[in-house]
Amino acid sequence: MFERIRHLIIKEFIQAFRDNRTVFLLFVTPLIQLFLFGYVATFDVNSISTAFYDLDRSYESRELARRLESSGYFAIKYRPESQQEIQDLVDRGHVLCAIQINRGFAKDLKRGTPTQIQVIVDGTDSNTAMIAMGYVNTVIAGYGKERMNSLIRAKLSKIEFRTRVWYNPDLKSRNYMVPGVIAVIIMLTCLLVTSMSVVRERELGTMEQIMVTPIRPIELMLGKTIPSAIIGFFDMSLVTVVGVFWFDVPIKGAFLFLFLCTAVYLLPILGIGLFISTISKTQQQAIMATFFFFQPSILLSGFATPIENMPDIFQYVTYLNPLRYFLVIVRGIFLKGVGINVLWPEVLALFVLGVTILILSALRFKKRMT
Amino acid sequence: MKKQDGNNVGSVTHHASRFTHRASRITGSDIAVKIENMRRTFGAFVAVDNISLEIKKGEIFGFLGPNGAGKSTTIRMLCGLLMPSGGSGTVGGLDIAKNPEGIKRIVGYMSQRFSLYDDLTVEENINFFSGVYNVPKEKKLERKEWVLDMAGIADRRGSLTRDLAGGFKQRLALGCAILHEPPILFLDEPTSGVDPVSRRNFWHLIDDMSQAGRTVFVTTHYMDEADYCDRLALIYRGRIIAEGTPSELRHEYMKRDVLELEVDRVVEAMDVLSKSGIDAAIFGSTLHITVESESTGRQQITAALEASGIKVKGCEKIVPSLEDVFVTLIEVS
Repeated sequence: MFERIRHLIIKEFIQAFRDNRTVFLLFVTPLIQLFLFGYVATFDVNSISTAFYDLDRSYESRELARRLESSGYFAIKYRPESQQEIQDLVDRGHVLCAIQINRGFAKDLKRGTPTQIQVIVDGTDSNTAMIAMGYVNTVIAGYGKERMNSLIRAKLSKIEFRTRVWYNPDLKSRNYMVPGVIAVIIMLTCLLVTSMSVVRERELGTMEQIMVTPIRPIELMLGKTIPSAIIGFFDMSLVTVVGVFWFDVPIKGAFLFLFLCTAVYLLPILGIGLFISTISKTQQQAIMATFFFFQPSILLSGFATPIENMPDIFQYVTYLNPLRYFLVIVRGIFLKGVGINVLWPEVLALFVLGVTILILSALRFKKRMT
Repeated sequence: MKKQDGNNVGSVTHHASRFTHRASRITGSDIAVKIENMRRTFGAFVAVDNISLEIKKGEIFGFLGPNGAGKSTTIRMLCGLLMPSGGSGTVGGLDIAKNPEGIKRIVGYMSQRFSLYDDLTVEENINFFSGVYNVPKEKKLERKEWVLDMAGIADRRGSLTRDLAGGFKQRLALGCAILHEPPILFLDEPTSGVDPVSRRNFWHLIDDMSQAGRTVFVTTHYMDEADYCDRLALIYRGRIIAEGTPSELRHEYMKRDVLELEVDRVVEAMDVLSKSGIDAAIFGSTLHITVESESTGRQQITAALEASGIKVKGCEKIVPSLEDVFVTLIEVS
């Protein structure tokens, strides 16, 4: 039995390395994905292009502008002279944020009466707009508080915020994204490799030749899934090494634990790959089916958008998604450095889900073969 | 294809003598394949309709019929690839329905489609199949050299299989199917799409296998290949319509005479004859016509054709080819 499986695995690897397209899929695609996510997909908001409409022209208003700029979040690129000009700048997308200081701003401050600042934010990209608004508030509130202190010159008892961000202190999106890429890459590669290698044999007629040999369906399944798993581990290591050494993503947890969790994650993925191979007649159909599964999996995983923000019904659906659990695991290992004592619910869920999917797919696979 | 006919006749006689000699060795007791009332349906379509067969050990058994007659379905059931919908059968004494896995160990199967890995080298293919067929380690090298030698590609062991010519590919496929030295071989249209010379060489290989005591069950839709077989069954629309040695089929099933007609305008002549109720089949530049008796048939034909101004250049009674037999049998059924 092991001899037959060994020969199947050798054959899969000879075929994979002989085909340039497969080599590209296995080695280059993960890196391209990693570099795209590492460099391009970032939620970080810096140097927001800003218009500053100063009607007050006071020391105080200029001080506020200086503080906005020195925060690093805002770059005042325009100093418009009218409301119309602001409208124009926002319409054309030249600025994301416009701040208007009304006449009497300095006077109000000195007198200690409430004053107002108009902030206009382009909400087309709601996420960035929210972040920009948050930054404006922080800067202005900080300034206001200081002014008040100097005005009262009295030490009243006060509550001060001292925020500390744990795990990802610089709040870099990259640190959040790169571990996620590992999960996604393993899924995509293993689904494609597993389903394609089965369907290709069926398409070319070699499957029939294999089926008259003493190979049993279980051996064939192992012969098809073990190479995918090896490739999955390879891609995981590749992305981890490049992520850590090139993108400086911290890996606080144990690599060995990551490796073991990947093994558990592969159970449902390989099961789904086998399932796709049983419903596809051609390689093209297998690719279609893979992406049909892949797309919703990403959306329902918490890869880019938090699960907590989804409507309840979709939140329940995510419990069936292996990617959901593995994302928690990889991020936990990379950023928090936690181990099985914290991550056991996810590992267990993944294991149960994986074994279930794998058994169901294997039964279906066996039925299709005989 | 017809052109080949002449060539094959020579080789047929040469083979026939060897076969008669060998046929005497075969005794009725050792049966390699036996099927009874085997059926297979796909939805409402009946692909194989209650066929029964007995094939003796060491025999070359030909399964003849047009495309879609049920040949491949039968062979796939016998190899354990497809479950019969009804009936029973044994291969090498093992039950088809109960022990398909056991059957896989004692049969070699070569499918209609070329089914080796195109992107592996010749040697890699052989290594792979001898691995999955559990060829013992100490025999692997010997079997590999045997296949390379048999297929005549010892010098191309490192070539990609896709770069081989059709005839070599097919021999390699046969070699890979018998690496484990199975006593029973199922070959599904092994010669389709291969040039005439390779086809002939391939049949010599099949004959060698049979000489070595293997049972060969082979399907073909080339009627001219039937003469290489010890026994034949003609299958049409899922049913066996005739069975016997090539010569039995020629003489017992063919009670009527076959005339070969030489005329100028073959197609036109066929039309004229069909209008007068006489069925003719085109064989190269001649027409073959099956008639009740030679003399009355000849008169009818000549009369009909000359009435339409077609000159009959010759009209001879011939020994019916198996194709004639087949055409006649199909008409009857």
